Amino acid sequence: MTQLALVIDLNVCVGCHACVTSCKEWNTQGAAGPLSDQNPRGKDPSGTFFNRVQTFEVGEYPDTQTVHFPKSCLHCEDPPCVPVCPTGASYKRAEDGIVLVDYDKCIGCKYCAWACPYGARELDEAQKVMKKCTLCVDRIYDGALPERDRKPACVLACPTSARLFGDIHDPASEVSIAIREQGGYALMPEWGTHPANHYLPRRKTEFRVREEDLQRFDNPLKVDGLLPKPAASEPALDDVTSW
Amino acid sequence: MRPAWSVVLLTTLLGAGQGLFLALYGSDLFGFSFSGFLVGGTAISLTLCGAGLAASFFHLGRPERAWRSAAQWRTSWLSREVIAIPLFMALAGTYGVMHWLGMREGALAAGALAAVACLALYVCTGMIYACLKFLQEWHSPLTVVNFTLLGTASGFTGAAALAAQGNLSMGKTYAMAALAATLLAAVTRGAALARNARLRPRSSPQTAIGIKHPRIAQKAQGAMGGSFNTREFFHGAGPMRLAAVKWGFLAGAFGIPAALLLLQFNSIAFLIQLAGLVAERWYFFAEARHPQNLYYQAIS
Repeated sequence: MTQLALVIDLNVCVGCHACVTSCKEWNTQGAAGPLSDQNPRGKDPSGTFFNRVQTFEVGEYPDTQTVHFPKSCLHCEDPPCVPVCPTGASYKRAEDGIVLVDYDKCIGCKYCAWACPYGARELDEAQKVMKKCTLCVDRIYDGALPERDRKPACVLACPTSARLFGDIHDPASEVSIAIREQGGYALMPEWGTHPANHYLPRRKTEFRVREEDLQRFDNPLKVDGLLPKPAASEPALDDVTSW
Repeated sequence: MRPAWSVVLLTTLLGAGQGLFLALYGSDLFGFSFSGFLVGGTAISLTLCGAGLAASFFHLGRPERAWRSAAQWRTSWLSREVIAIPLFMALAGTYGVMHWLGMREGALAAGALAAVACLALYVCTGMIYACLKFLQEWHSPLTVVNFTLLGTASGFTGAAALAAQGNLSMGKTYAMAALAATLLAAVTRGAALARNARLRPRSSPQTAIGIKHPRIAQKAQGAMGGSFNTREFFHGAGPMRLAAVKWGFLAGAFGIPAALLLLQFNSIAFLIQLAGLVAERWYFFAEARHPQNLYYQAIS
């Protein structure tokens, strides 16, 4: 069974919001659109987004770290928003695990948003239906696009490659390897929602140079240093092999 | 959570309408079968339910598609409620019509079915909130018990008020039943308040972003002008107003109506209790702290 998901590397995210704008640009004109804005240039701007980048400060001054935290639907493997939907508009696809909303069936009762602990769903104030990340379902299967472009818009936009996309049920996929080998974790694991999206933790970037990387250490015959330095006039290796 | 007036009105009016029907049917079972009163009472019960139902449509973004909401009754308590409301109203209506036609036996049979549907509807309404496990304030059997008992109490008070308006001898019996239900509801609602006061949220900023550091402060939430998440899940009331509503509903839904019922001022007791229950329901929503709020602690 396939479970498509994003893996977001918090160690790499610089908080540039390129994923936010790229997501909005693609999805407002795609099959999921429009993602309406209210008062975009007015005093109290508001709008519908699938993806937001938030910023948190960890620690106490002066020992603080700034963490940029992109947040979108996590496509939970046990999504609490799906069973509560009274109309069946909210559903999880069996074939690839994407959680979607059928905008033609949604009655805008907001119960699914109440049932999502992550606040991943937003009601579109113009269309009055619930909207959420689709993992760019209209893009990742589009055969008209070149293979390398069949990825969610946010993944393609990320300038630091902080966002990986793939099947977390395939142990050989890029995302599975990243989760396994770089300590990928899920948000709010206490609710048993089993989010498909994972986050990679911040890591301290250290450049370790050991002595033996610069100087040959295992030199048992101690002959390295004894080699005679050939004079410029003596035959070089090329001359030797050219016998 | 931000209390939505449509849902506050839906649950209080529906609960009162159901309770009124239970009072009528209960007294009917015990031999009080003055059909004019029962027919009129059933009509008022249905009016209350209908008003609640009408209010609920204002909660929907797409009310014209409301018919679709009966589809997922296998998984969704909201869907089950959507089925239970018209079922109860139809059965209660049948009960009223049968009494109007003078068919008491048929009325009692329809009434029994309506009473079952009525109790099922209380359970459905309560479970809509109680089934959301990360809304810890709601995720308790007390939620269902309170929806049932609060609705029953206000309905019984309503029956007492109606009987008092009609100068019927049943007024006093209804009032005593309403008093008992009100006091019982006060106990269970008080238990829920005590439980919620001691709750420790399971989610924290640490689990929300997965960073194990005791001090995490939000610096930006991704939007400066607010979003659906800031509008839907924050009530915006300060601690003073919350406390005022809490003590207000404790007095308005329990204390004052109980005293008035004792003194046989049934009609005024009903009006005050209904207002008190609106405050109670407002507080019920405002009290619930949604874990998504952890992501919306600071604008910038």
